[in-house]
Amino acid sequence: MWIYEKKLQYPVRVSKCDPMMARYLIEQYGGADGELAAALRYLNQRYTLPEKVIAIVNDIGTEELAHLEMIATMIYKLTKDATPDQLIEAGLGAHYANHDKALFFHNAAGAPFTATYFQAKGDPIADLYEDVAAEEKARATYQWLINMTDDVDLIDSLTFLREREIVHSQRFREAAEMLKADQQTKKIF
Amino acid sequence: MTHASSWTDEQKHKYYELMQEIQETDFVLVELNLYLDTHPDDQSAIAQYNQFVQKSMTLKHHFQSMFGPLYHFGNSYSPSPFAWKEAPWPWQV
Repeated sequence: MWIYEKKLQYPVRVSKCDPMMARYLIEQYGGADGELAAALRYLNQRYTLPEKVIAIVNDIGTEELAHLEMIATMIYKLTKDATPDQLIEAGLGAHYANHDKALFFHNAAGAPFTATYFQAKGDPIADLYEDVAAEEKARATYQWLINMTDDVDLIDSLTFLREREIVHSQRFREAAEMLKADQQTKKIF
Repeated sequence: MTHASSWTDEQKHKYYELMQEIQETDFVLVELNLYLDTHPDDQSAIAQYNQFVQKSMTLKHHFQSMFGPLYHFGNSYSPSPFAWKEAPWPWQV
């Protein structure tokens, strides 16, 4: 069960209509290292992970849903006042033809979202190391996105998201170390 | 409580001010929660967590008395008429 909170985790403001930037930000909406893939990956892993690390995976998975909403808000705000001509000019003509201004889960190049973006191995170390890698890839993507805009309001929100990836990576590393320590303790007996 | 479209400038200002306070407080709670998931015996972090739970509840009570429910499914009281659908959605503000 989840309870919706009528607030964003962190404010999202944009200082101009910029459909070109929205087109790139879609990478973090429906791309391989995006927030949807992150949330689904972690929430799906919870069921078969050891008791000790379920909470951290559950809670980070939940926070990713809040990040997904922040990305959606950025894309919505950057495109809501754009004309069809502006969307075509920004390379979103094909998106407009299919979806109008509705958000769709695809990456910046237009490839639709797929469950094959993430794994569920059933091996706790393999799963947690995938989670660490996922956070580092998302951190890098946020940096590339920050490099592509001069909108200071947007950069502020993207910087927050980049920093969250660093914290999540750290927590997943700790979870993996906790399990490795347990395995070593058991070998002594 | 009035519909968002008829807020005065003063109400808008208050909305953003209180919302930011809630976001700041809840950020501390998310961060401490994740930390405590892997450091469950850190007493000072637990004390700080509980202190911010209290602060968050107080701030939200005040916010909701002015701008309507932040939560659905029974986690906020509702004025009449049912106000959940009236308060602005996060991507609209």
